Amino acid sequence: MSTGPTRPTWTISGVRDALLAKKTSARELAKDFYAQIARRNPELNAFLALCPERAYAQADRVDSAIAKGQALGPLAGVPVAIKDVLSTEGVRTTCGSKILENYTPPYDATAVERLEAAGAVILGKTNCDEFAMGSSNENSAYGAVRNPVALDRVPGGSSGGSAAAVAAGLSVVSLGTDTGGSIRQPGAYCGIPAMMPTYGRVSRYGLIAFASSLDRIGPFATNITDAATVMAVIAGHDSNDSTSAAVAVPNYAAEMEKPIAGLRIGVPEDYFGAGLDPEVKAKVQAGIALLEKLGCKRVPLKMPHTDYAIATYYIVATAEASSNLARYDGVRYGLRVQGNTLMDMYRKTRERGFGPEVKRRIMLGTYALSSGYYDAYYLRAQKVRLLIARDFASAFEKVDAILTPTAPTPAFKLGEKTADPLEMYLADIYTVTGSLAGVPGISVPCGMTAAGLPIGMQIFASHFGESRILQLARAFEKAGGFSI
Amino acid sequence: MKISREDVLRVAQLAHLELAPEEVETYRGQLDEILAYVGKLQELDVSSVEPMTQMRPHTATAASAAESEPELRDDVIVPCNVAEAVLAEAPDAAKPFFRVPKVIER
Repeated sequence: MSTGPTRPTWTISGVRDALLAKKTSARELAKDFYAQIARRNPELNAFLALCPERAYAQADRVDSAIAKGQALGPLAGVPVAIKDVLSTEGVRTTCGSKILENYTPPYDATAVERLEAAGAVILGKTNCDEFAMGSSNENSAYGAVRNPVALDRVPGGSSGGSAAAVAAGLSVVSLGTDTGGSIRQPGAYCGIPAMMPTYGRVSRYGLIAFASSLDRIGPFATNITDAATVMAVIAGHDSNDSTSAAVAVPNYAAEMEKPIAGLRIGVPEDYFGAGLDPEVKAKVQAGIALLEKLGCKRVPLKMPHTDYAIATYYIVATAEASSNLARYDGVRYGLRVQGNTLMDMYRKTRERGFGPEVKRRIMLGTYALSSGYYDAYYLRAQKVRLLIARDFASAFEKVDAILTPTAPTPAFKLGEKTADPLEMYLADIYTVTGSLAGVPGISVPCGMTAAGLPIGMQIFASHFGESRILQLARAFEKAGGFSI
Repeated sequence: MKISREDVLRVAQLAHLELAPEEVETYRGQLDEILAYVGKLQELDVSSVEPMTQMRPHTATAASAAESEPELRDDVIVPCNVAEAVLAEAPDAAKPFFRVPKVIER
């Protein structure tokens, strides 16, 4: 199949303007995007399933609303892609796993429902690491995704397909999920803004669970305005998710344009130590200097428990995963491998259905929760988790936001880290902290390496501080920070 | 602490995973390496720290999060009617049941 890079050309407001000016229709636009996907996806492997029937039906509804002069939703006619861990009614949802190869959910995730209610046209489902467990997208049962910026490199993970789709212009925006960095890290690797909201900001109803105290849903976009628009659509309380917060959703579009002069930006020295690639370090330092030039006040910070975050995360997340993934037993949905007894059927189904990383994490989590080891591993990790959360709480008494690199290196080569699970886990070293604390974070593009690989800068704010994050990210974008 | 083959087999049994013989040694080595790394959590004194058991905002010093009642919805009956759709996804269904291998001998 032909190659040649595609670049994103559409924004949400661009789509809206073109539709209202009758330069195109929602149906034509969807058709154009499907043509691009047909051209590029064989190489990128970003999409696992397409749903043209659903997309065209929605596009026709938008076109009909335009023809009648009716009010349009904020995402009217915008082609979007959805990570394949989010349930979509009538559209196959595999979680990148063989165990759900033929699973079609009977309902939509709340975030998906809200996108569509806002007029978005869902093109299809994007590839990801199996059950969102991975940092490179190489753990998908349906093959790795390639990074559209550098085809021999990983797009990051686990939301690699959603990141690659937006970076390659195969959807205008997309939804990913982030448990330990799975939105922010692929955003950094593919060179696009990628946002993890506060825990509880976006309903998890219909998100197929990996680690329930960590999982979050958030957007990939090519610019901050689009990220803010998607956030405004998906945020807010949902009676179907008792952990979703009854906290009012601010007007992000207005909040993000507020001036940033005088804001205190914290720079924790613990995120700039050994293991950080010198090119990434230099660009992120330059990014922080740009924000200082724009009037922010730099405050050095110490977050002393940062170094314990990966160890804490891989106990907490795997313990929750071992429990959540107990549901795949061949009884109610998904794969069943016949056995002579019920237990035999469970074991054979799970042996055949799960890939190596998922089995590894189930075993690690089972071990950490098992009799005799619970206190030493799980309970201790939950205590250290509180220390990490307190590091953030102390920091936010002194600063309005925290700035760090998103990942210690740029995108690595396909196959480079697959033999060593622990080395792969360390790709999440700067992102898991915020995941454990429950605070929101974004990765914004922050220049490139000499070899042309994107670098990401991470911005954290305190709980429900999405406005603050968007405000800094927007100012950074306007000042040219993305290509610093 | 070293992870043994027996540990791997015990955990696999608890997790209802059947491992091929060659997988046992692979996972033994990998779990051993990961748990050795996780061992760094033992460096910290957590004797006076509470475990973090919920995700609401935490303060810098308080032992646990600020107390606040979770939002409860009204206890009203709403129609569900999803049995058909749910059973349609089952590998083996005999309405209104999921069918599994026989578990009781008579």
